[in-house]
Amino acid sequence: MPADLLFELGCEEIPAKMLTRALAELPAQVEAKLAAARLAHAGVRVLGTPRRIALIVKGLAERQPDLREEVVGPPVGAAFAPDGTLSKAGQGFATKNGVDAAAIAKREVAGKKGLYAVATREVAGQDARALLPALLGELASGIAWPKSMRWGWGESTFVRPVQWLVALFGDATLSLQWAGQTAGRQSRGHRFLANGPVEIASADAYEGALRAAHVIVDPAARKRTVEAELARLARETGLRVRPDDALVAEVINLGEYPVGVSGGFDPAFLEVPEEMIVTAMRNHQRYFALETAEGKLAPRFATVMATIVKDPAVVARGNETVLASRLSDAKFFFAEDRKKTFADWNAKLDAVVFQAKLGDKAKTVGDKVRRLVQLVKAQGGSAAAVVAAELCKSDLASNAVGEFPELQGVMGRHYARIAGQPPEVASAIEEHWWPKGQGAALPTTNEGVFVALADRMDTLVGCFATGLVPSGNADPLGLRRAAIGVLQIMLDRGLGGAHTTPGLPQNTWDLASAAANTYPGTVVFSDEQRAALAEFFRGRLRNLLVDDEGIDAQTVEVALGAGAHNPCDARARARALSVVPAEVRTAFKRIANILDDATAKNWGQQSLVDESAFRSPVEANLWNAFRSSTDLENAVAQKRYGAAFDALSTLGPHLAAFFDKGGVMVMDPDPILRENRLALLRVISRPFADIGDFRKLGAAS
Amino acid sequence: MYLQDLIFTLQKFWADRGCVIEQPVDVSVGAGTFHPATFLRVLGPEPWNAAFAQFCRRPSDGRYGDNPNRAGAYYQFQVGLKPSPLHVQDLYLDSLRAIGLDPASHDIRFVEDDWESPTLGAWGLGWEVWCDGMEVTQFTYFQQAGGIDLLPVTAELTYGIERIAMYLQDVSSMFDLKWDKHVTYGQLRRPWEVEFSTYHFEELVADNAFRAFDTYEAECKRLLERGLVLPAYEFCMKSSHEFNSFDARGAISVTERQRFIGRVRGMARACAHAYVGSRAKLGFPMLPPQLREQAVAAYRAAEESGVNAGALAAGRSVSGHASEMLYAG
Repeated sequence: MPADLLFELGCEEIPAKMLTRALAELPAQVEAKLAAARLAHAGVRVLGTPRRIALIVKGLAERQPDLREEVVGPPVGAAFAPDGTLSKAGQGFATKNGVDAAAIAKREVAGKKGLYAVATREVAGQDARALLPALLGELASGIAWPKSMRWGWGESTFVRPVQWLVALFGDATLSLQWAGQTAGRQSRGHRFLANGPVEIASADAYEGALRAAHVIVDPAARKRTVEAELARLARETGLRVRPDDALVAEVINLGEYPVGVSGGFDPAFLEVPEEMIVTAMRNHQRYFALETAEGKLAPRFATVMATIVKDPAVVARGNETVLASRLSDAKFFFAEDRKKTFADWNAKLDAVVFQAKLGDKAKTVGDKVRRLVQLVKAQGGSAAAVVAAELCKSDLASNAVGEFPELQGVMGRHYARIAGQPPEVASAIEEHWWPKGQGAALPTTNEGVFVALADRMDTLVGCFATGLVPSGNADPLGLRRAAIGVLQIMLDRGLGGAHTTPGLPQNTWDLASAAANTYPGTVVFSDEQRAALAEFFRGRLRNLLVDDEGIDAQTVEVALGAGAHNPCDARARARALSVVPAEVRTAFKRIANILDDATAKNWGQQSLVDESAFRSPVEANLWNAFRSSTDLENAVAQKRYGAAFDALSTLGPHLAAFFDKGGVMVMDPDPILRENRLALLRVISRPFADIGDFRKLGAAS
Repeated sequence: MYLQDLIFTLQKFWADRGCVIEQPVDVSVGAGTFHPATFLRVLGPEPWNAAFAQFCRRPSDGRYGDNPNRAGAYYQFQVGLKPSPLHVQDLYLDSLRAIGLDPASHDIRFVEDDWESPTLGAWGLGWEVWCDGMEVTQFTYFQQAGGIDLLPVTAELTYGIERIAMYLQDVSSMFDLKWDKHVTYGQLRRPWEVEFSTYHFEELVADNAFRAFDTYEAECKRLLERGLVLPAYEFCMKSSHEFNSFDARGAISVTERQRFIGRVRGMARACAHAYVGSRAKLGFPMLPPQLREQAVAAYRAAEESGVNAGALAAGRSVSGHASEMLYAG
């Protein structure tokens, strides 16, 4: 009879983010383990809190099915003696698989020559109760924690010390030992509200029994509780909780029984930039910000406790004290910073190392800023963009960013405003860090775009020039992110983007060259490194066009084959290519291959088409059709790639006729005919060669 | 609860649970972890349970006694339990109850915090313990010290005395804390804060400090060659404090800073390695008598592949006898 399995691993407090990840990854790992063990089931559920990870498998088979499998042994010549009896090797094979001589078949085996000895082995399915202990232990050991530890005498390794195990199959316990604990049916209740053993009768009773012991074991249920608690606090304060999904996700894994409480702070702190207050509350204390109906930050906060306390006001007061001291710091730093100028800070940047390997005159953030100013000027940035470049890193030397590193750029914007800089300069200082991640906002001002592109390209060129190239999954300097940022901004602002703006850098190769020119002679950006960086960009662009633009991978390959330095142009070509019918693409691939073939033989030297050398109407028809589509060259030159491919609708049938039955043989024995036909193909295909390299088409299409 | 009562209560609590009440080390240190009772005792196979209050100097945190929450020196109450008992969290929570922080009235949470000391070549995993959103304790399972893997593992609890006292006494400046019925923390500590802030930020002569650092480092190396581990480690502590001092003075660049940290770590490593060797030579005297011989034998057998291998082997050789050893609690 199938039965339900419950496995609970009790632990000291698991870090919230690690727990979230483990709970997300476990279901697939459980499914895979059970499948490998040939144990059927009706569904896996993974639950957990900081103090426990639990899995419930519904309707788990009691036994593995019996297995009948064929085992291939030695070749017949080796397994049998000439008299037909088993040889020594044959005997060994039979014994190992528990069969007698008569049961060994002589058969052909796929992929091998000749006849082989084949035994059919019967394996009786094992009882799940015998298999599960090892399987569950392996599952628990197999959880991939970013960091693990030892405790006590160090016999085991886990994310934190393991405290208890529950393992039930049906209503019986499994005999299981792991990490120094022996499994039973005793779980534990909430650390403070129901500290002690909790008997679990079966998987079905698990959640209810723990609920009664003040443990909400299902993260989804805790999320609902947190949301309800935040809603209650909003009602009670007459304010709104500023939405923060990431914080909710963290908070639900910071305790087993969430209870909300709100507190306040001195409104005088509101003179400090809002971001400093919110960061102090959120990142340091895990508090939610509260705001008025108009979205104005209110001098209050909401937090989620992990327990029920006698008097929530006491806890609120404690939290208020902590926050007040943090906000005093913030206020102090903000006041101190306002006594300083951007020039003071920039002077300090000469002592901050950006990349030591770049050497003297290039390695500090101060050096970087001077390069950015030069690069933005060289790219034709406005006066405001140049100022933004000069000020973009200054806030790194401010007290506020020293205390709240996540506010780099934001503080720069505030301080630039206070210093009387125009709004576009202030915004650009913040925006040059954008995009901050996948799907994050892109710079909105032209000044922001100039500095954002310059900063990233400066980093990429410097790192490639000093051999700091990412390998494998490791990318400690964030170079992949930097390259993707460059491409996303260009794709957004260039031709065909959501915010097309002429006059902004559009070519990664040119920008890289310009960036290299701003480095001192001691930093050499060689041709090989330049090519490696171009290839790096090409790889990122390929992914962006496939994943974000939804263009199929092969079309992207074809488009990038004709150039990838200008991402918008590559996108436009890929988009146009993606609507070209398959037979036309194949025809172009064929043309490209024929021309390659001819070049290899030193043929195809003739550049002009000679109509007098036409021998078949298909040649003349094709040539006339091509000549009548006069717009073709213009269309490509003007990057109207769609229009270029429209011409194919007229060319297509003639191309087909040229190659199909009744067509001509290009490589004619008569060199005059051959050279003329090669010239015809070259002239016709030339405009399209600038759009895509059809040789990149795989055999599949 | 007066600040001194807080210390008394914690001392009594942990003494009752089998801890030696050590006294603070009489050398300038930046954290209780530098105390030989922690840094050296966590090494090797010998059990050890101790607690002590330590005066800790952080020159760059000095604020001339003006900041209610930050100062150039403060007190840590540190507990080291080796091996870490399985119920160490429960013991710790009982200690909070003993000083008046009852989880029935307060929101106590264990929030992830990985601890690392680059100067000591040490790291561990654990939490910062929050009481109503305030960090009151650093709770760490030591995994490595001086580059040596630790077996058995020590649980280190570090209570922030001032913060806890401020909370218990409901004052918003540490200088308003009552040390006892009559004397405030400010009366005791503020003159020191003012003068030492002035010294570290204005008067300290960097060249003298650099020279002192070099001298201490040379002494550390020389004494290690003479097999005098404990004096050598004392010079390691002194160097570390000298570094903290000229760092506060702003006398070194970022790159130089890394280099000095590396030099202190080098000393800490060398001392840690030498210490394990010296304990083996003494026959690991803090182990129960019946286990010493096998631990030394295991150490000797593995020593060839390095002190770390020796330390691990010695730990493993006695781990099956855990029940014969002293546990805290």
